[in-house]
This record gives sequence, C-alpha cells and structure tokens, in this order.
Amino acid sequence: MIDRHLLAMHQSEVSVSVELETPDVTLNLGPQHPSTHGVLRLIAKVDGEVINEVEPVIGYMHRGYEKLAEVRTYPQITALVNRIDWVSGFANEIPFIVAVERLMGIEAPQRAQMIRLVLTEMARISSHLLFLCSYPLELGAATPLMYALRERERVLDLIEGVTGGRFHPNFNRIGGVKPAAGAGSTQKKVVQDLPEGFLEQTRDAMKNVLSECDDMVDLVLGNEIFIERTRGVGLIPADRALEYGVSGPNLRASGVRFDVRKTDSYLPYGGFDFEIPTGVNGDCFDRYTVRLEEIRQAARIVNQAVDAMPSGELQAKVPRIVKVPKGATYVRAENPKGEMGYYVVSEGGRGPYRLKVRSASFSNLSILPWLLKGQLVPDIIAILGSLDFVLGDVDR
Amino acid sequence: MSALLDNFWVLLALKLAVVAIFIPTFSLVLIFAELKLSAHMQNRIGPYFAGGRWGWAQPLADGLKFMQKEDLVPADADRPVFKIAPMIVLMGTLAVFVIVPFAPKLVVRDLDLGVFYALAAGSIGTVGVLMAGWSSANKYSLMGGLRAAAQLIAYELPLVLAVVGVVIAAGTMSMGGIVAAQVEPWFHIGSFGVRLPFILQGQVVGFAIFMIASLAELSRTPFDMPIAESELVMGYLTEYSGIRFTMFFLAEYAGMFSMSAIAATLFLGGWYVPGLPADSAAMYLLGPMVLIGKVLVLVFAMIWMRWTFPRLREDQLQSLAWRWLIPLALANILVTATLKVVF
Repeated sequence: MIDRHLLAMHQSEVSVSVELETPDVTLNLGPQHPSTHGVLRLIAKVDGEVINEVEPVIGYMHRGYEKLAEVRTYPQITALVNRIDWVSGFANEIPFIVAVERLMGIEAPQRAQMIRLVLTEMARISSHLLFLCSYPLELGAATPLMYALRERERVLDLIEGVTGGRFHPNFNRIGGVKPAAGAGSTQKKVVQDLPEGFLEQTRDAMKNVLSECDDMVDLVLGNEIFIERTRGVGLIPADRALEYGVSGPNLRASGVRFDVRKTDSYLPYGGFDFEIPTGVNGDCFDRYTVRLEEIRQAARIVNQAVDAMPSGELQAKVPRIVKVPKGATYVRAENPKGEMGYYVVSEGGRGPYRLKVRSASFSNLSILPWLLKGQLVPDIIAILGSLDFVLGDVDR
Repeated sequence: MSALLDNFWVLLALKLAVVAIFIPTFSLVLIFAELKLSAHMQNRIGPYFAGGRWGWAQPLADGLKFMQKEDLVPADADRPVFKIAPMIVLMGTLAVFVIVPFAPKLVVRDLDLGVFYALAAGSIGTVGVLMAGWSSANKYSLMGGLRAAAQLIAYELPLVLAVVGVVIAAGTMSMGGIVAAQVEPWFHIGSFGVRLPFILQGQVVGFAIFMIASLAELSRTPFDMPIAESELVMGYLTEYSGIRFTMFFLAEYAGMFSMSAIAATLFLGGWYVPGLPADSAAMYLLGPMVLIGKVLVLVFAMIWMRWTFPRLREDQLQSLAWRWLIPLALANILVTATLKVVF
C-alpha cells in the first residue's frame, strides 16, 4: 500500500530527488500502555524514534459526571465530584461545596473551613508525593516509588482517620463538614469532630513528609541521569502555557507566579504564610522541582493551620432539604493538578440545572500535540509524566 | 586432587557439569539475589513464602510457573525466527563460559584467542534479541530490537578497547594466560614478589569502561532501553511468554554471571588466591570459590545500579559511548602500551 504510493511519488519527481523516502510508522500508545496513567491513547506518527505528529484520543474514561449531576441532589453530588481526580479526592469537593454555599448565601463556620483547608493541603501532599515517586519510575528508576509511597500512606491514614475514606472522603457538607468517622451518633448535640491525637499525628506526619522531600532531592534530583533526561525536555514557554490554558504546577514551572490560593478566597488562605514556588525554564525538571517545593509549602500551611485551629461549630444552619435559589456562580480552586472550577447553574430546585466542571488535567493535556511534535519516543513518556494528569480528571 | 583432574574423563565431566548445570542453577541464585536485594533497597521484604525460609524457592517457583504457561506465538509472527530467538540468546551467553577458568585446569577450553572468543560469543545474544524484535510483528518489539542492535554497535567497541589494555599488559589473549600474568610477581621488594591484579596495575580506567559497557551489552539499567517497560511496554520481550520468556530471563542473569566472570578474570585476578602457590591442590577448591566471590561482588554492583538509576535515552547512550568511553579507552591503550614499552 505504502510502496505503491511512494512509487507514484518517486516517479513524478524522479528527476528532482532520488533520495529514499521512509514512510512514518503509526505508533499507537495506549489506551493500554504502562505509562499513560490509565486509558489515554496517543496516535503518534514516528520516523524511527522521532515523533512527527501526535494526536491524543481521550474519552475512554468518560463517566458523564456533569450529566449525572443534573439528576442528583446537591448533597449527593459531593460523592460524584470527589471521583473526578481520584488522587486528590478531597480537594475536588471544595470548589463545588463553596459554589453551592455561595448560591445559598451560607458561610461555613471557621473550624469547618480550617479542617477543609488542612485536608485539602493533605490531599495536595498525597497527590504530589505520588507524582514525585511515579515520575522517576517512568524514567526507569523503580526505587523512589517505594520511599515516597510510604510517607503518602501516612498522610492517607490521617485523611482516613478524619473522613473515613482514603481516596473518596465525601466529607464536606453544605455549610460545613460531617462529624468525623467513628465519632459516635450524629444525633448527639456534642460530636467529636477530629479524631483524638489528630493534631499531634499531623505534625509528626509533616515532619516525615519534609524529610522525605529531602530524601527525594538526594535520590532523584541529585542523579546525573535524571537531570540529563529532564533538563531542557518538554519546554513550555510561559506565553504558550497561558495560551493553552495550562494551570497549576505546570504553569508555575514555566515561571508564571499565579496561584488561585493567593487570588481567590474559597478557603481562608489569607492568614497563612507560604510562598508560590516557580520554575525558570518550564521543562520537566522544573515541573518536578516545583511540585517538590509545593509539598514543602503545603506542609508549612498544614503546620500553621494545625497551630491556629479554632474551636467551634462544624456546621452552619442549613435547611434539612437543601434548595438552592435561582442563579449561577463559578468557583475555582487551586487543586493539586491545577485550576479546578465548577460552574453551577440553579433553577431553584434540589439539584443543579447544569454543572460544568473545568478540570485541570484536561486543559493541561491540550498542549500535547504542540509539545510532543519533534520529540523522541522516550521523551514522550518523560513529558507525559511531568504533566501529572489523571485520566478521570481529563474525561470526567 | 591434581592427579584426579589429570584424568581426561573426570575433567570433562566436571567441565560439562559446570557449564550445563552449575551456570543455569547459579543464574537462579542471581535472580533470587536480585529479588531480595531490590526488596531490601526499597523497604520491602521480598519473596517470603516459597520454600519456607526466606522464600529461597521463589525463582524455582517462577520458573515452574512460566513452564506451565502457554507458548504463545502471535499470528503474524515469523514463526521459526520467533521460536529460535530465545535459544540463540541463551546459547550465546552460555557459550562464553567455555573459556572462563574456574581453577588452574578447570576450564573447558583455554583458547589462545580466549578474550576474543568471549567478546564474540557474548555479542551473539544481541543477534537473538534483534531476531526476537523483528519476528514478533509488534512495533514495540521492533523498536526494542533495533535499539538493542544500535546499543551493540555502540558498546562492543569500548568493551573490546577496554580489554586491549589488559591484553597488552598480559601479552596474551588466553584467559588462563591472563590469570597467570596476574599471578606473576609484578615487582619485587627484596625477595618478596608483589602480585597484583590488573586493576591495581593501572587498568582502573579499563575496568570502569568494561563494566559500563557490559551493563549496556546486558541491557540492564541504566541502559535497559531495549526493554524500557514504561516506553516500549516490554521491548523485544513483549510478545514472549512461557518457556521462551524464561530463556530470555535466564540468559540475562547468566549474562550477568558471564560478564562479571570475564571482568573478574581479566581485571581482578580470576581464581588466584594471594599467598597460595598457583599450582597447589587447595587452589582447585578455593579457586572457584574466590572467582564466584568476585563475581558476586560485581553482580551486586550491577543490581545496586539497576535499582538506583533511571534509564538513559538512546541518543545519550550513543554520545556517552562515542564521545567518552571510546576516546578514554583509546587513551588507556596508549598509556598502557607506552608503559609496557618503557618498562
């Protein structure tokens, strides 16, 4: 088939060029492939190991959450949305809950907000730790995986201790948070909100996480081969990143100092002392270091929040049957994968008329065809991994 | 002991036992070492149940499991080539042991061109890998096979050049002769002859280049691009299953053994035990143990590297070979030859 085509081409321009032309090979990466993080499919046209063109095919994991939300009541939707980016389930609930609260004109009590903040940052730590350890694996180093997963497990244990779930906490309620797991009957007037010893254990865990970060610097960032594989690979200039709607650590690695936690007030981040780490070149190496630094900053926030944990109510006064007045709002949040937003349209019923999810991974992936053009096959994996996406977050 | 070994048939039986039984069995030991060492390097326990204590029977259990699996051949595969490829790979690595001396006379055939033969036989495996990649009718396999071929061309050269230094220093290409050259006193302090392996006679650079290049030849991390699980699924191994996969697997570990044994013989003094006369009867017993001890140290280093380093990119590997290792090896030859002429 190719031969005939080539022959025709040669015959027509035989006087111009006698160079042997090699047709591109179509290499199908995925949907079943060890390093596409699920069911992403890339149709790559490769010439040897050089990629001439790549077309991402998504949708293998489409679960229709936006449509499903239209037939659910508001309290039921938290169980759906924390499954969008399952690596940081807790952080997904926040913008949705805050959007509903804003539509209803409710504000969650201080303590509930602080608990939300602590757990959101823990979700960020667990998500970034997973990236820190799985990214070297994609470059062929298997050992960092085991080290970082150990600390991640401790953080997940803490999340589980409070919410009862490691990945899908379903812990937020409109106007506050749910009484903690194992805290006894919810009918009682006084309920225990955080498990006993939680604050001390959190401080310990943060200490471990910080020392784990130092270990990763020694083990991974100091490695000549790792530097060689990631420096200058997958460069995203800042203006390109903005054009494609790249957000989160990927955007900051390109040198754009933008963090929704500093600009919006969906959680009380205002009183906290933390920095926004940024990269310089926007290559894979920067994306790794930015996430590493974000873990440190998140641990800093958690420590401050644990020290400043206010006492008080967990739940604001909310009607037994939640009905949201007519209106629409958009709330965005700085999620581990990037900027996540919910556009909630209410017609006054018990469930939303329309829910639009702006998920970070989807926008981050949209840069792939531009970014992968002309790269080598091994670099596809390095670049894909460095974007740190979750297919559930892409397909929703 | 020495008299017994002079009997042709006893010696032949011993040699056959070493190559045909001991080497594959020892590969299982190396597989077990890899399982356990990697586990402990990663905060895991590793195999625990098979065989009772320490899970020592895990490699055996794995092997038995693989033997029970269906011997799948893809519909589009080139059947004869596909089936013969693993045998060639395993054959190539086992053939190297013909010239490895385990003790003064315990060597299958001490060829005059022993070093040359070892390097030639060692690279046959890559032909098998290329065959496996080509015949699998799978694009990932093909890329893996071609990467292996490119790697062979890049790394066979430094491997040979690194050995040339030793050959010049020893003045022979026979493996037995090279060990004998290291048994010879290098220089005398009074009447005390100082015997040093070649690595301490200035072949450090050669040794380092040889080890790096042999890692590439064995396609182990950081040079495991032909397999590269995260990129090429399993590279040339993708379509293999059952006993044929086991052959590749066994060949990898037998290859580690053979490469380490050659390195130990060329650079680390082989079977020689310092302080004992080279032709004493005790050497027949201690010699193989000393050689295996040195092999284990080198294998440990290989396993250690595998679980520490990420993998290089194919072009980085090529530039490492052509821009660093080959010039270094040439310089090493130049220096060695000059010193040989001067002294």
